Amino acid sequence: MSEVALVNNPNVGLDKTQKGGPYVNELSTLNLGPTHPATHGIFQNILTMDGETIVDAEQTVGYIHRAFEKIAERRPFYQITTLTDRMNYCSAPINNMGWHMTVEKLLGIEVPKRAQYMRVIMMELARLTDHIVCNSILAVDTGALTGFLYVYQWREFIYEIYEEMCGARLTTNMGRFGGMERDFTPVAIEKIHKLLKELPAALKEFEGMVMRNRIFMDRTQNVGAISAERALNYGFTGPNLRAAGVDYDVRAMNPYSSYEDFEFDVPVGTKGDTYDRFLVREEEMWQSLRIIQQAIDNLPEGPFHADAPHYYLPKKQDVYHNMEALIYHFKIVMGEIDAPVGEVYHSVEGGNGELGFYLVSDGGRTPYRLKFRRPGYIYYQAFPEMIKGTSLSDAIVTMSSMNVIAGELDT
Amino acid sequence: MENQQITDALQAQFGADAVYGVTESHGILQFTTGVDNIVPMLHYLYAHPEFKFQFLTDLAGIHFPDAKGQELGVIYHLHSLENNVRLMIKAYAPIEAPHFPTITGLYAAANWMEREAFDFYGILFDGHPNLTRILNMDEMDYHPMRKEYPLEDATRHDKIDELFGR
Repeated sequence: MSEVALVNNPNVGLDKTQKGGPYVNELSTLNLGPTHPATHGIFQNILTMDGETIVDAEQTVGYIHRAFEKIAERRPFYQITTLTDRMNYCSAPINNMGWHMTVEKLLGIEVPKRAQYMRVIMMELARLTDHIVCNSILAVDTGALTGFLYVYQWREFIYEIYEEMCGARLTTNMGRFGGMERDFTPVAIEKIHKLLKELPAALKEFEGMVMRNRIFMDRTQNVGAISAERALNYGFTGPNLRAAGVDYDVRAMNPYSSYEDFEFDVPVGTKGDTYDRFLVREEEMWQSLRIIQQAIDNLPEGPFHADAPHYYLPKKQDVYHNMEALIYHFKIVMGEIDAPVGEVYHSVEGGNGELGFYLVSDGGRTPYRLKFRRPGYIYYQAFPEMIKGTSLSDAIVTMSSMNVIAGELDT
Repeated sequence: MENQQITDALQAQFGADAVYGVTESHGILQFTTGVDNIVPMLHYLYAHPEFKFQFLTDLAGIHFPDAKGQELGVIYHLHSLENNVRLMIKAYAPIEAPHFPTITGLYAAANWMEREAFDFYGILFDGHPNLTRILNMDEMDYHPMRKEYPLEDATRHDKIDELFGR
């Protein structure tokens, strides 16, 4: 490793007479990052190493901080959706829809059932992409590249469904306040059915390759473990908390967007180690498929957005022929519509855990204060505690299995 | 467990004037308290045999430049996972001396949350193990989320009321 820098630590005396050479008692400092290929994002960890063992770690975050919370205080509500895309970019639709639901709560908009089911489908597709990335990259980090290719093409396929729904792939800006911007097209329905039919085979193939693989198990079991008690104290949520054995899932505990209509299990682990985190994410993918199947089978008829002309952009053909539509179009686009005074906290189950939006509105066109609760930011601070006493290669897989995403962490 | 129960228990424990500004936002209880009450109150809520507010969801700083003597605020979002009840506790301090007690002793999660509030609002958390900037660069000499740093593009004219006939 080229980034190894041996430094003299004044606290540790050199005893050259000791067996094992002059460096036996010496601690060394290792810069892991900021741009290290194995950390999948811009993170710096200054590790203090005793030989192969990590003694301590000091984290530096904020390399891609883009001041979203400050920018949000200047933007009309609909323009903030694009900021949420760029937080957890592996599952952007969940961020978008979490934000839409927060604003709908503030405005008191009732979303029709069909739109809620459509949102559930898109959010579960996003969870699939998120977990596909995390788990297949974890396999890559332990040396198994092929499994990654099996499932990654399905992530591409889900991006095609996004494209069908909103025209974008990564930063989706999907949905609007009050519902979705367009109904499912026949192509989108067809693609979702194809995914439900064919992804299970790829997922099984991937699991067959990795899940009971001796090398993978040796690399991940008992690595980076955290107890349920510590995980709760550190504010863990999502798959990382459930791997430690706590069955907290926002979808089950505070159902939003009609999640109470669907039957799904909340998988939990026992040890909270890297292997458990992997297994919980694998099982969640199966549960996501189950939810999508139920939602698409029972997709209600009806409008795909609420009747909220002040906040929902009118149809383009109406804008040219209808006075009210033209006025609303102009007012929405220019951000001329004031929101009511109020305070809302809304949270959704993001790819990594509880994604919360705390919105304070003083009655203006922009939020007075908007705080994003990013799950990754909160649980990443436990990283040094989780890797103390392990080796560098264990630290890499621990970080990979926590699914720390720089965009989400740094806002 | 009702929200009323929580406020009653807190008022019985800490005095009637320790809990004020009680409102409810979409089912979530909110109230304001004094800065001195935060640590004992959170410990009480944490250890209470029924309430068990043992999960710190988030901690948000906020700036109200017009509220004299109470410019900077901190909002604690607590969650009792066993009862599935959420709670927001607010406290305010003057901008000249924005001292808040740290709650890192109770919740390890508060460490970076408090550093973030310090970074963006300059709120000082007394007793914090490492109160340094976290997302902004260390050399920065101001706290950017305060309202005195507006984000307006000076060349922008489309929001001038006169041009809209208002």
